[in-house]
Amino acid sequence: MDNNYFVDSDKLSEAALKKKHMLETDPSSRTNHMEYMEGMERIKSDIMDKVITEMKNYDYSQYTARDVNAALNHDVCSVEDFKALLSPAAEPFLEKMAAKARLETQKHFGNTVYLFTPLYIANYCENYCVYCGFNCYNDIKRMKLNMEQIEHEMKVIADSGMEEILILTGESRAQSSVEYIGEACKLARKYFRMVGIEVYPLNTDEYKYLHECGVDYVTVFQETYDSDRYEQLHLMGHKRVWPYRFEAQERALMGGMRGIACSALLGLSDFRKDALASALHVYYLQRKYPQAEISLSCPRLRPIINNDEINPLDVHEKQLCQILCAYRIFLPFCGITVSSRESESFRNGIVKIAATKVSAGVSTGIGDHESKYTGKENESAEGDEQFEINDSRSFDKMYKDMSSEGLQPVLNDYLYV
Amino acid sequence: MKDDKLVIGGHEFSSRFILGSGKYSLSLIEAAVKYAGAEIITLAVRRTNSKEHENILDYIPKNVTLLPNTSGARNADEAVRIARLARELGCGDFVKIEIMRDTKYLLPDNQETVRATEILAKEGFIVMPYMYPDLNTARDLVNAGAASVMPLASPIGSNKGLATKDFIQILIDEIDLPIIVDAGIGRPSQACEAMEMGAAAVMSNTALATAGDLPVMAEAFKQAIEAGRKAYLAGLGRVLTRGASPSDTLTGFLHD
Repeated sequence: MDNNYFVDSDKLSEAALKKKHMLETDPSSRTNHMEYMEGMERIKSDIMDKVITEMKNYDYSQYTARDVNAALNHDVCSVEDFKALLSPAAEPFLEKMAAKARLETQKHFGNTVYLFTPLYIANYCENYCVYCGFNCYNDIKRMKLNMEQIEHEMKVIADSGMEEILILTGESRAQSSVEYIGEACKLARKYFRMVGIEVYPLNTDEYKYLHECGVDYVTVFQETYDSDRYEQLHLMGHKRVWPYRFEAQERALMGGMRGIACSALLGLSDFRKDALASALHVYYLQRKYPQAEISLSCPRLRPIINNDEINPLDVHEKQLCQILCAYRIFLPFCGITVSSRESESFRNGIVKIAATKVSAGVSTGIGDHESKYTGKENESAEGDEQFEINDSRSFDKMYKDMSSEGLQPVLNDYLYV
Repeated sequence: MKDDKLVIGGHEFSSRFILGSGKYSLSLIEAAVKYAGAEIITLAVRRTNSKEHENILDYIPKNVTLLPNTSGARNADEAVRIARLARELGCGDFVKIEIMRDTKYLLPDNQETVRATEILAKEGFIVMPYMYPDLNTARDLVNAGAASVMPLASPIGSNKGLATKDFIQILIDEIDLPIIVDAGIGRPSQACEAMEMGAAAVMSNTALATAGDLPVMAEAFKQAIEAGRKAYLAGLGRVLTRGASPSDTLTGFLHD
């Protein structure tokens, strides 16, 4: 079973449709996804090889209840133990895994939970990633905020009480240049204590520039660590280049960023292998850059505008919970973010076990914070959303809910120094 | 016992229990301070909010001395900047230096810690450096102007107790500043043991945050620390560490 990703818009020209269909059906019409494009920096690193070798050799059907028990009894979780915890053999041990994960979370983070919100400033995109609402063939309202509009959005968000922001764009250098993103980040520094970005992968000097603009944290999702599968889902554009994306976090750290976040988009491929690779990606990065603050996300596929059938297939909440418990036991010190793609009840539960950060007051659209936060009709245009969120709680509601779950919400844990 | 005071940078304290604050609900701070009988509480400068929303400073009783820490600093320069910021925020002159360039174990960087201590002591701060228990570093910290030395018992949050016991004992024996055992103390009995050894105070955070009943655990620590201190002052009796003690000594034949 797979999702049906291909949707044709009747607004596309005949030529565009022809090209779209060719990309979808004829692999030879697509560029080599392992080849760096012009301008893409190459760095020397053995992390990719290590992660991919481990992932390819991972046969999760080989693990048994005995391996899982052993993993749960070990003081320190080895890579082998982690593989056992991610395997189907661990599914009956979920409650025990949750208990161990909870203990580790408490030891490292106490009973705190961090809150943040994303801010999408543009949704133009040059790529054809078949599962994404922003993909260039999808018929959505496109929008790019100017600095005045960005500042207005930031004021609305800051007024709600939020102190940490994640700035996002669609992946289009032409529409959302590094300088444009940099200017937005400088504005963000005025309103927020902590600024992160989730934009297209950049070169080291560009990350350095954005760090100087006030950014401390870089999130890049690899989507899937299976490069063959990646090739079938990212049919056109810069994003198609798989290894350049893989090395983004390392370039960000080389550029002086304080922390990075990794993830696969669960539901695109074999989720156990993708979860293994995601965790090993941050594990090896932290070994090489021990000062780096590392973090994992765990997004699952969600419906998008014009394709409400897209779903995370075999990654149900139970599997997601297993992955997150395994992440926590393997990487006790790692931040784990659970986004508004997940339901209110799942997020309330998982923050007590493994997650350390949740988003609140979320919009994945462009320029719509005021209308969403205050109900006030927006006089200017709004851009469409990247995906449908599930948990739409406001900042205030989330703060209260987390407090009533016995957790201390933390709005800021960073100093830009 | 009544006159037994902990003196740090010329300031006297009756309590020898320093409380952490970063891992539990703000609403529990007041109760923790009360039950712990604590007079000093640490505070992560990076956690203080810039806006009105629930500021940790509002939850700390006014008669308690703030000990802002520099967590988040990866080198001496960053620690110095954070310490100055703490002073600007009105947190007083005390500062606990924490410098980590390892996010996995959160082990302190001794070399950078000495450097930051020297700079901040010159600026009039009462510097309390968190360090890995190494005698040479401790001596450097004394020379750099530290007001106390805070060696770790085991990695932060591990609750593993006095894994570095022998090395902490060396610091207690050789260093003339208060030695405050910080990090890794998971149980009141471990805190008690540190105090019996001659530690001047104990600091704890995770052990309280992960307890079922925080105020009660705070009180248990208070009592354990007091018991350990009394035992130290009383002078521990003969403790057999290895084998038996012969009643007829080898040199018993010597009479004049």
